[in-house]
Amino acid sequence: MGELKNTGNAQGQSGQSPVTAHQTIIEPGQGQGFATTRVQDLLAWAQKYSLFMYPFVTACCGMEFMAVSSPRYDFSRFGSEAPRFSPRQSDLLWVVGTITQRQAPILRRIYEQMAEPKWVLAFGTCASCGGFYDNYATVAGIDKIIPCDIYVPGCPPRPEAVLDGLMLLQDKIQSGDRRPATVKPRLDPAQDQNLGLVQLRRSRTSSPEV
Amino acid sequence: MAKFLIDLVAQKFPSAVIASHSHHGDETILLEAASWRAVAQFLRDDPRTAMDMLVDLTAVDYPDRDPRFEIVVHLLSLGKGHRLRIKTRVGDPEGESVRVDTLSDLWASANWAEREAYDLFGVTFVGHPDLRRILLYPEFEGHPLRKDYPAEQIQPLIAYRDVENIEKIAPFGRDEGMPFGRQTHARGLGGPEEESN
Repeated sequence: MGELKNTGNAQGQSGQSPVTAHQTIIEPGQGQGFATTRVQDLLAWAQKYSLFMYPFVTACCGMEFMAVSSPRYDFSRFGSEAPRFSPRQSDLLWVVGTITQRQAPILRRIYEQMAEPKWVLAFGTCASCGGFYDNYATVAGIDKIIPCDIYVPGCPPRPEAVLDGLMLLQDKIQSGDRRPATVKPRLDPAQDQNLGLVQLRRSRTSSPEV
Repeated sequence: MAKFLIDLVAQKFPSAVIASHSHHGDETILLEAASWRAVAQFLRDDPRTAMDMLVDLTAVDYPDRDPRFEIVVHLLSLGKGHRLRIKTRVGDPEGESVRVDTLSDLWASANWAEREAYDLFGVTFVGHPDLRRILLYPEFEGHPLRKDYPAEQIQPLIAYRDVENIEKIAPFGRDEGMPFGRQTHARGLGGPEEESN
């Protein structure tokens, strides 16, 4: 149980011997090697590289979503290429933009229609926590209504941050970790002290202590 | 530029004009609510004014005034190219009875604008054919752009998830997520401890 053996020769011999397609032939010692893994790991490996996405795009972050899906940044490199505009066929729900109270039932319904396993990515500040929309109309973060796996902050996030979020999600799928996580900011390379660049003073109260 | 519009209205409706001002091509007339519709009809139908387009209709809440609300309409004459802003004041300080005549049969564009003013300010437009909420949902109680609507009061359509600390699920602090907040987090100033990625 749990081992996957190489069955590469089964097709090659089908001309001579009556081997039907659904039979699994295990032939040890053929010189082609075999790999062992756990089924869960294999499934996770397959899942993380075939994320069919459902883009729930409501606001201006959609422009950045288009940027990250277009050839310059191109998240189809990570296997999350195919958009499925039916939630029943998708694995990853991208919530891109502000969710209003009026839209919350729609988002909940979309989430409930998705088949397990499913993941949710909050794209941008509004989807993550409501952003500056602290008012009667806006849901302060989609995690108030649906569970959320990855938060990508930014208003809107840079495409690099979105790719970081996607890779973070892939890591979590591989490790089976369902705790929510957020994309951490990358350090500005210019702040690296070893480069010896001039450090700009940010404000009078917090000058760099060199 | 359109100063003659003010003179024309003041001449035709001497008792309707409360105040007016004209400043660098920005003409405004403040009208009595009772003659609101009559003046609007005059401005639309008279060949000298010919205001054939209602650009916008909205309301303003002045909570310490009586009448409390101000209805603002921007008019434009596409043929003659002049513009005019007309206002009127309606409503009691409690905001219980805020009523003004509709303009939706004069300009079709007033229909949705009046529904919006009704939705967000609670102004009742007498004679409107379909006065119901246009932006918010029918279950919403109150009118959120009134100054006495509590700023933090939300009325969710569906119940929030039943989990602990619903306000603190996201693994980041309050100031994060903004472009200007990212570096403060990187320097370890604020925000919770990092989750393992």
